Amino acid sequence: MATETVVAPKAITMADYKGRVDPDWCPGCGDFGVLAAVQKALVELQIPKHEVATISGIGCSSNFPGFIETYGMHTLHGRSLPVATGMKLANHAMTVLVTGGDGDGFGIGCNHFVHTIRRNVDLTYIVMDNQIYGLTTGQTSPTSRIGMKTKSMPYGNIETPLSPVALALAAGATFVARGFSGDQKHLTELIKLGIEHKGFSFIDVFSPCVTYNHDNTFQWFRPRVKKLEDNPEYDSTDWAMAMEKSVIWGEEIPIGKFFERTDLPTLHGAEPVLNSGPLVHQNNRIPAEIAQGFVQELM
Amino acid sequence: MSESFVVGIGGAAGQGVATPGDIFAKIFSRRGLHLNAYNAYQSIIRGGHTFLTIRTGPQKISNTGDHLDLLIPLNQDTMDRHLRLLTAGGACLYNADLIQPGTPAEGVQLCPMPVSKMADITRNKVGQNTLAIGAAVNMMGIGFSVLEGVLAEQFRKKDKAVIDENIHLARTGYEYASKNFQALAWPLPMTDARYAVLSGNIAMAMGGAAAGVKFYSAYPMSPATGVLHWMASHARQAEIMVRQVEDEIGVVTMAIGAAHAGVRAMCATSGGGFALMSEGMGLSAQAEIPIVVIDCQRAGPSTGVPTKTEQGDLWQMLGAGFGDYPKVIAAPLDIADCFKLIPEMFNLTDRFQCPGIVLCDLLLSEGRLSVDPKELDFNPVIDRGEMITSNGTGDHEPYKRYKITESGVSPRAIPGLPGYTHVVSSDEHDEDGVLISDEYTNAGKRRAMMEKRMRKMDGIAASVPPPKLHGPADADVTLIGWGSTHGVIHEACELLREAGISANHLAIRWLVPLHGDAILDLLRGARHTIIVENNFSGQFARYLRSETSFVPDGNIRKYDGEPFAPHHIVEAVKEQLAGKTKLSVPAHEIMV
Repeated sequence: MATETVVAPKAITMADYKGRVDPDWCPGCGDFGVLAAVQKALVELQIPKHEVATISGIGCSSNFPGFIETYGMHTLHGRSLPVATGMKLANHAMTVLVTGGDGDGFGIGCNHFVHTIRRNVDLTYIVMDNQIYGLTTGQTSPTSRIGMKTKSMPYGNIETPLSPVALALAAGATFVARGFSGDQKHLTELIKLGIEHKGFSFIDVFSPCVTYNHDNTFQWFRPRVKKLEDNPEYDSTDWAMAMEKSVIWGEEIPIGKFFERTDLPTLHGAEPVLNSGPLVHQNNRIPAEIAQGFVQELM
Repeated sequence: MSESFVVGIGGAAGQGVATPGDIFAKIFSRRGLHLNAYNAYQSIIRGGHTFLTIRTGPQKISNTGDHLDLLIPLNQDTMDRHLRLLTAGGACLYNADLIQPGTPAEGVQLCPMPVSKMADITRNKVGQNTLAIGAAVNMMGIGFSVLEGVLAEQFRKKDKAVIDENIHLARTGYEYASKNFQALAWPLPMTDARYAVLSGNIAMAMGGAAAGVKFYSAYPMSPATGVLHWMASHARQAEIMVRQVEDEIGVVTMAIGAAHAGVRAMCATSGGGFALMSEGMGLSAQAEIPIVVIDCQRAGPSTGVPTKTEQGDLWQMLGAGFGDYPKVIAAPLDIADCFKLIPEMFNLTDRFQCPGIVLCDLLLSEGRLSVDPKELDFNPVIDRGEMITSNGTGDHEPYKRYKITESGVSPRAIPGLPGYTHVVSSDEHDEDGVLISDEYTNAGKRRAMMEKRMRKMDGIAASVPPPKLHGPADADVTLIGWGSTHGVIHEACELLREAGISANHLAIRWLVPLHGDAILDLLRGARHTIIVENNFSGQFARYLRSETSFVPDGNIRKYDGEPFAPHHIVEAVKEQLAGKTKLSVPAHEIMV
């Protein structure tokens, strides 16, 4: 199908990406900062909004696509990554962002998380990690710390939280970063790097829940987060070093770009079926001589 | 009834049953004969028992029939199980070194082959099979050159020495038979026709390619895996993106993502995999993104009997996912129909922006049928429905993805177009795509959206033809079936007529929407109605009753994993017409 692309003559601004409705997140929610950082990153990269898809699962942070003006898609709980993979493979000319929370991504959707990573699908996956289930009014999540009291574990969590950064590294992610909603400038830079990365980029963002998580608050994170970029010894091409840093948690918690490698092909780049361009623009009729060959095999 | 000839080959898995099957299928189809084949097997890679039945003849063959004309047992087990299926005029070819014959029916020729005296096959573990093929071809009255050509083709990827050895073995068997065995009573005829021979899985995969499918995703699951195999091996030529995904949840949601981007997307699974896809069906309907899912039914519940057939998923399909939503469900009537149905289904799902289910089963998925190549039309009508694929001059009303319309269909803008950014959503939403479940709750908008979506069912019903009654209008008995039982019921009707009982046949292809009123009109004058289906609870009977209040006079059901044979239905009809029972459950005579 032929599409006529009209390039916007004027520069892309924050107004272009303003959503049709204002976010209904709780006042003070960490997700506001993430939304602003994504919008800023897209503006700074000057990507037209019609070339962007924002795909989410279900949860507070998964309402994100409704608050930014792109081709948005609000899918099923935990299923944003396969939906986004299908979308990217069918139209790899689009910039595809995936947004969601820790329950959505590391709980119900963890299977897809691992497999999407190993496929190196060219997506930017931004997880607003608040270590709690918010929209269901406060239950333990896969990243809740041991001892944290929630409605589902009123005597305190006894299950070891997973480290999303370590998990992504172990699964073979080609871009792994961690940001903090309280440091928007730094987060914006990480998101830009993630979008520009050719392959799967994963950005875990500390995005505190002001209503249900009273342990890991903005105030709690602020003195602890330390940027890897400030450490002249840190080498983000060194996987072992990234792995070592990924499990540090306590008085000091590293944020920044943990790891990037650029030597592996993306899934769409490795698939010869896409040699003639995005699938959606390809002819959907089988040429007669090829069709004849298919039938001839059966004769 | 038209003439036909049935060959049965059986052995343990790994003994090489498939190759003789392929060779016979090629020989039959090149004589211009029709064929229908079914492989009864177990979920085992080596060992167990597998039995392939191939029925051939000059007319269309709707099922594999009731008896055998030629049996080739590759082991004692097969001899013991299947010898009784041979009827007068038939023959049994076997390796006399290994297999003791049983007592056959009168008029059956036992053809022992002293294999160790005929050839040295110590290094060729399937050598006995090739000897038997040679002997069988001789007894069918076919010249050796035909077999020679097919063998060369069958082993074309092997060394010349392998081809020569097989041809030599086949010739040895051929010559032995000409000296020692009687030719079969019915030499195979020849016609000028040429048919393609294919499974339902290949037919559905090719039907997808013909329909313009550009994205196919799957997780391996018997008996649907054949669709994946065809798609994967033809993906580059057909320019179809084929992905093996981590689970069926990922399969269906990946297909939905691709469909949202604007391509036709399809996936196939069996009942267990479909269970994981249920929530995806709801997403497709709620976000109004068309997809087609094939369910190849196998015997359930749970892991069930992975290699056996059943029509036990109907209610799973009817109830897939929660809430009310528009969908289309159809069951192909035979393997040719597996091809034809896919483009029809895509045209409906694209026009009405909803999920479509093709409800196939193992009998069709893995059975094989001769099909006139003209029926494999790679240029079918492709109707993508109301899609916005160009922004034209750029001037248009503010775009509303879920605009309320009379038909319930809202034009679909394909992502990537300037000026049409919008949000599609699994949450309830307003015309603009703004969520009305989390943002705010609005009963009026919810009702309007629900009614908009469900109005599509009227349009779908108008696009789908009502079923027809085949056979004399005033028949003694009316047999009602759906999907894959079409062929066997057709033959049962013929056999009943020969036995002096006139029978007609109502075959249901479109299950949702169901033309209930039209079905009631057809059945109103019926003298005695019987519903025939491959499940325990009468899933279609219950569905028909729920939609129309119609209750048949009787039911014939089978849920042992094997398909119906014509005589199962004939005998059940006779006992029901005699007033002996209202529910017949035919016993499958042969353990496979």
